[in-house]
Amino acid sequence: MSETRARKPLAGGLEGILPRLVLAPTFVAILVFVYGFIAWTAWISLTGSRLLPNYKFAGFAQYLTLFTREPRWWVAILNLFIFSSLFIAFCIALGLILAVLLDQRVRAEGFFRTIYLYPMALSFIVTGAAWKWILNPDLGLERLVRHLGFSNFTFRWLVDSKMAIYTVVLAAVWQSAGFVLALFLAGLRGIDDSIIKAAQVDGASLPRIYWRIIIPSLRPVFLSSVIILSHIAIKSFDLVIVLTRGGPGYATDMPATFMYAFAFNRGRLAFGAASAMVMFLAVMALIIPYLYSELKGTRNA
Amino acid sequence: MKRLLIAVLLLGLLAFSATAGEVEVLHWWTSGGEAAAVGVLKQLLEKEGHTWVDFAVAGGGGDNAMTVLKSRAVAGNPPTAAQVKGPQIQLWGDEGVLTNLDDVAKAEKWDSLLPKVVADVMKYQSHYVAVPVNVHRINWMWVNPAVFKKAGANIPTTWAEFETAAKKIQAAGFIPVGWGGQPWQEATVFETIVAGEGGTAFYKQTMIDADPEALNSTTMVKVLETLRMVKNFADPGAPGRDWNLATAMVIKGEAAMQFMGDWAKGEFIAAGKKPNVDYVAAAAPGTAKQFLFNIDSFIMFKVKNAENVKAQKAMARLILQPEFQKVFNVNKGSIPVRMGMDPKLFDIPAQLSMKDFAASSKSGDLVPSMAHEMAVMPAIRGAIMDVVTNFINSDMSARDAAEQMANAVQAAM
Amino acid sequence: MPRQAITLEAGRGPGPSLSLGRVLVYAALIAAAVFFLVPLFVMAITSVKSMEDIRTGHLISWPRHFTLEAWSKAWDTACIGVNCVGMKGYFWNSVRMVVPAVVLSTLIGAMNGYVFSKWRFPGSETFFSLLLLGCFIPFQVILLPMSLTLGKLGIAQSVQGLILVHTVYGLPFTTLFFRNFYVTIPEEIIKAAKIDGAGFFRILRKIVLPVSAPIFVVSIIWQTTQIWNDFLFGVVFSGSGSQPVTVALNNLVNTSTGVKEYNVDMAAAIIAGLPTLLVYIISGKYFVRGLTAGAVKG
Repeated sequence: MSETRARKPLAGGLEGILPRLVLAPTFVAILVFVYGFIAWTAWISLTGSRLLPNYKFAGFAQYLTLFTREPRWWVAILNLFIFSSLFIAFCIALGLILAVLLDQRVRAEGFFRTIYLYPMALSFIVTGAAWKWILNPDLGLERLVRHLGFSNFTFRWLVDSKMAIYTVVLAAVWQSAGFVLALFLAGLRGIDDSIIKAAQVDGASLPRIYWRIIIPSLRPVFLSSVIILSHIAIKSFDLVIVLTRGGPGYATDMPATFMYAFAFNRGRLAFGAASAMVMFLAVMALIIPYLYSELKGTRNA
Repeated sequence: MKRLLIAVLLLGLLAFSATAGEVEVLHWWTSGGEAAAVGVLKQLLEKEGHTWVDFAVAGGGGDNAMTVLKSRAVAGNPPTAAQVKGPQIQLWGDEGVLTNLDDVAKAEKWDSLLPKVVADVMKYQSHYVAVPVNVHRINWMWVNPAVFKKAGANIPTTWAEFETAAKKIQAAGFIPVGWGGQPWQEATVFETIVAGEGGTAFYKQTMIDADPEALNSTTMVKVLETLRMVKNFADPGAPGRDWNLATAMVIKGEAAMQFMGDWAKGEFIAAGKKPNVDYVAAAAPGTAKQFLFNIDSFIMFKVKNAENVKAQKAMARLILQPEFQKVFNVNKGSIPVRMGMDPKLFDIPAQLSMKDFAASSKSGDLVPSMAHEMAVMPAIRGAIMDVVTNFINSDMSARDAAEQMANAVQAAM
Repeated sequence: MPRQAITLEAGRGPGPSLSLGRVLVYAALIAAAVFFLVPLFVMAITSVKSMEDIRTGHLISWPRHFTLEAWSKAWDTACIGVNCVGMKGYFWNSVRMVVPAVVLSTLIGAMNGYVFSKWRFPGSETFFSLLLLGCFIPFQVILLPMSLTLGKLGIAQSVQGLILVHTVYGLPFTTLFFRNFYVTIPEEIIKAAKIDGAGFFRILRKIVLPVSAPIFVVSIIWQTTQIWNDFLFGVVFSGSGSQPVTVALNNLVNTSTGVKEYNVDMAAAIIAGLPTLLVYIISGKYFVRGLTAGAVKG
């Protein structure tokens, strides 16, 4: 489908500027509330602000301290990578598998689908309490399974410095996989019949059909999933705070909680701003190329 | 007759409203007992004709509340009063947003009612900007004597004695220490050991002055090793545990002792336990003469409306007056910060605490708690706590930890 | 065009049969369902136990006495700060904030999506990408500058401020949904209409809006969920008369001292989550339909 160009020149009356006019409020809003605020944060990161903002330039001292004298920062960065990659991978895998299963003309599909989707409806303040209990070594799963007779069962991930981050992944996947499921289910339903019928007539086996035809045509869904899941991963603040408060120690600290702690709780606003900028730039470095390649492709779709 | 009544009522209302101001108060006392305690102040203020607008924000021991406070200050409309304590008060003073309470202080003679150590925290550049509400003592040890008896152990008065007693308790099948694995609780035990093993002078050098040399000293290494020794007597389920659940372990007789501030008393009382019968409140080993204090306070912001200024000053005055001091502290389990109150109004552990408060004030052993944000700037406290919690939750060596502590503090300054 | 489902027994005949394949499918689905349901079950069952039961039992132990005491306390009398009035007032605050914000962000997103898909001009694609990047900004970063701005606009600590914040940060998502959906409307129809002399609003009214029901549902559901469940903005930008229900829940559940009443906490958590839960249960079908119709393609 080729792109249509606006047929009327800009000077051709209201029709010409109407689209721009419609977008204008959003344009202003994004300029101010997204990019303006990012610029503000960037400026603050170059000052010596402690409790509240002050605007005196102080160079890149904060960044230097961040990278050379703050071991906790490296833990946070590593956690973000571990968490994000596992979270996105598991959500997509689980969502895709469940979508394929649900697509098998299953009875009570609506019932199952509702069950998989509902976690997304709840805020983590709501379910964090429940997950904390379930994962608690003394009160939760471990106690239950031992009660059932397996007296040597241990499940102490939540309180183990090395394993705690994986509990965060677990709870996060639980909450978001259903949404990915819905996306893939919608995507599956939208695939054109004829291609599949043709492949079946050709004698292609089911796995091959899935691998060669269906999954590639779900590419836009992968894009949307990655966007939304990345958004959730970066934002995962409520989740970490409620589940582990960044602990044990600071083993599950993430850049979002790091920034919050330093900027707001420790009176080191500029330092927190620097960490926020680094976090943001790192995300941009990954997302922009991906968005570019995908959107460029769909323009010619 | 009816008309006269109405007229009088109207006049009364007018008179009332002429003095009626409003205070908006930001705090995080949201649990039953605390809320009741703050509710008393609300009632007292309302009796004088002012209105109390409550703005409670729970979570993280004030973390969320502080974020909200900062954003409101940045937006240009801070509340009338906010629950802020310790050196943070100085940071707020630096921003120029706090009001001057010297007139109330002079009229009520605050300088003579508060120990100098405490009054200094409430002042910014020698002017009162905050009002203290209560005093908590941090270095308590809560003991279940029945467990000790069964194990044949003695309640320790030094950390060396602690180790002996703990081994006996463990051998008898009990958990020696009820431990809650959260950074602030770990820091609480840490500073108790700093005071108990290092002494008051060392405590001042490390926890108040944050002198890097003192932090990276052999004394600190010894303190950290003791900390690890104590931690090893906790049960595996400790990480992440809330403090009141650890207290419950002592109450139930599963654990022998807990190192926690005086608010643990509330749990024993709620469980119907009697002091010196079912439980013993003793000073943590080595800290009998020392009083590590945590004082809750309200900072007062500059307010524009004249009526609200009156209400604000009324609130400040009421907080340090005997009636509120008595009711609040009885409800919350702390002791009054106003000196010279009648001890008999409070229960036995509180009376002991009040005596120690006055005595340590005279002897110079009344020191602010680092773990509870009374001693150093939040940035430095954060740095120290990061190292402590990391040390406890990993197998880092004490020597490395001491060095890291000194480095972290310097990076945070 | 809706597609017939591909079944595991492709070519084996009409209708599902009870083959090993199908048994495995159902087994997997049920296992997954258990995984997803457990936390909700834990919450629900804890909320009807007494504190005694909680202390002595375990996660999913059956209560010895059923009691709805925790529920009435959570709604009516629980202490959220000094005021012991339960969650009900805060519930209404959330509603007052969510409804306008959802409506505004959806409508504006719809208009934006319409422009980005059917009325492109030089630079519009770039703007769309810049807009999408707005999805990734971590919200902690904007807390202070937003406070500054709201203060200057005079709407700090108010419902209006919250509505503004939620609307602005919802725009990238709603625009994405609508734009992707409208891209699937064939260009030929639009071209034909333009040749017939139809303008911007006419095409919107006569062609685009009539088919937009599914995507409106998607956008409304997504925004309602996001905004209702938000805590960070709610706690920082609200005043004492506009705190949403998530803030009240946090105050209730995260008290730093005192006795924790787990049953009240769970009841309150369910109350706070009930509206969004109901939205999903009732309109989940439309949600998927809307997504099917192209919310995320293109």
